[in-house]
Amino acid sequence: MPGFFMSFIATPQTMHFPEALPLQSGASIRDYRLVYETYGQLNADKSNAVLVCHALNASHHVAGVYPDEEKSEGWWDNMIGPGKSVDTNKFFVIGVNNLGSCFGSTGPMDVNPDTGAVYGADFPVVTVEDWVNAQARLLDRLGIGQLAAVLGGSLGGMQAQSWTLQYPERMRHAVVVASAPNLTAENIAFNEVARRAIVTDPDFHGGHFYRHGVVPARGLRIARMIGHITYLSDDVMNQKFGRQLREGLDLKYSTQDIEFQIESYLRYQGDKFSTYFDANTYLLITRALDYFDPARSFGGQLAQAYARAQARFLLISFSTDWRFAPERSREIVKALLDNGRQVSYAEIDAPHGHDAFLLDDPRYMGVMRSYFDNIAAELAKEGV
Amino acid sequence: MSDTATMQAIAALIPAGARVLDLGCGEGALLDFLQRERGCTGYGVELNDANVLACVRRGVNVLQLNLEDGLAMFEDNSFDVVLQIDTLQHLRNAETMLQETARIGRSGIVAFPNFAHWPNRLSVLRGRMPVTRHLPYQWYDTPNIRVGTFKDFEVLATKNRLRILDAFGLDNGQIVRRLPNLCASRAVFHFEHA
Repeated sequence: MPGFFMSFIATPQTMHFPEALPLQSGASIRDYRLVYETYGQLNADKSNAVLVCHALNASHHVAGVYPDEEKSEGWWDNMIGPGKSVDTNKFFVIGVNNLGSCFGSTGPMDVNPDTGAVYGADFPVVTVEDWVNAQARLLDRLGIGQLAAVLGGSLGGMQAQSWTLQYPERMRHAVVVASAPNLTAENIAFNEVARRAIVTDPDFHGGHFYRHGVVPARGLRIARMIGHITYLSDDVMNQKFGRQLREGLDLKYSTQDIEFQIESYLRYQGDKFSTYFDANTYLLITRALDYFDPARSFGGQLAQAYARAQARFLLISFSTDWRFAPERSREIVKALLDNGRQVSYAEIDAPHGHDAFLLDDPRYMGVMRSYFDNIAAELAKEGV
Repeated sequence: MSDTATMQAIAALIPAGARVLDLGCGEGALLDFLQRERGCTGYGVELNDANVLACVRRGVNVLQLNLEDGLAMFEDNSFDVVLQIDTLQHLRNAETMLQETARIGRSGIVAFPNFAHWPNRLSVLRGRMPVTRHLPYQWYDTPNIRVGTFKDFEVLATKNRLRILDAFGLDNGQIVRRLPNLCASRAVFHFEHA
């Protein structure tokens, strides 16, 4: 990015929580920290906060850039910032890194205060609900009672959903993008293949690879390659890579060389990922995805689960997203309709598959902007 | 469906505070009007991207769905009123959609261009399909794939055992109760399922 277009400077902050957080599994975690970033100003009555929940491989770094770091734009920098669809001149936006992550909040690479040893594979299994509870504590400490909106895409959208069920009064609006009320068997299957790739890497050492000074990079690479395929659509992959060869026009009659562009791309993505992502975190986060299922305690009746929700909802899905398909968003819409809740739903006809939720589509951004402008107008009308 | 008179004529059929589903809600003007003026709540259903955006912008709940995919998402009798204002004539499954409208709503309101309006009849007598202010398309590019008349709808309603609560024509913003099949450019039916 040329300097001219550079976004604002973001500064990560850390909050320490000495008191134990009870987890859904029955375990608990104490003396943990959450890393977060905030953009914009919290208004006097603390009503303009927007919490952004992150997906699998993202973090608290939602928008802005880090000084002197190239390509350090936050993962939703295209949508969030001064004058953008979610306008930080109007909203106080909070991005928070979830427990178990590898981007700063307490995770498997940290020391367990109970044992004095690095958690590794012993880091407790955390769920979407646990993350929401941890985020709620952060809001308590920031003095924010009610959010203007909770916002998330994909797994982040699951957290946004869960917020409306766990703390129905703590937000006015919930914006759920490219998400689902639970994972399908196919989705769990993809996660399982990724996990097996990691766990069967000889460098994994049962999750205690830190002790051995190695990283199960092969497993992580393959996990990422599989993930990446599922985030794209067949169309966009064909358009981007087709059957293009990496060099020249001739087949090499090799079985192990990188010949097709798509192979090269996937390997590049896998390599990059394996240098910065933690294997135990990958296992934890994919498990949280698998487990999320608010209808489970209501005999599979999503409408019953949603009876508690009070927020006004905006749901957005993308036509070519087969990982979190539009049908899945429509299930949430139906559950809200059945409860007479306020909901709008946009189904964006975009070619990019699941990845579309991170990209700039004018229809998507237009709906976001209009929706958040209305929230801002609503706050302005009620405040003062 | 943009002129205020038409909107008011239809709004007058809708009880204050009603829960409304507007199928093919366009830019959401009618729902917006019903929310502000009559304390109604509800949702619009719309397929067109620009219209969906317009609805979001004006703060009307909108669901981007294709009516041709059916309305299984909506439960029986889950709305006080289901509207199909200038929608029916665009739908391949017009009859199914009418049945669905009756199923979902305690009552339904349908409005559509009346093909038997006298200028249209004259045009056909002259041997040409009508091109008017209300039917501004040529026969080969019209989105109105189900052209019917006031009387045709009465027959369809009877066939589907719908009880007609009220029916009238609209022309130049005026309600037409005398010979609506001849004198009105648009037909409005308010009905409920038996």
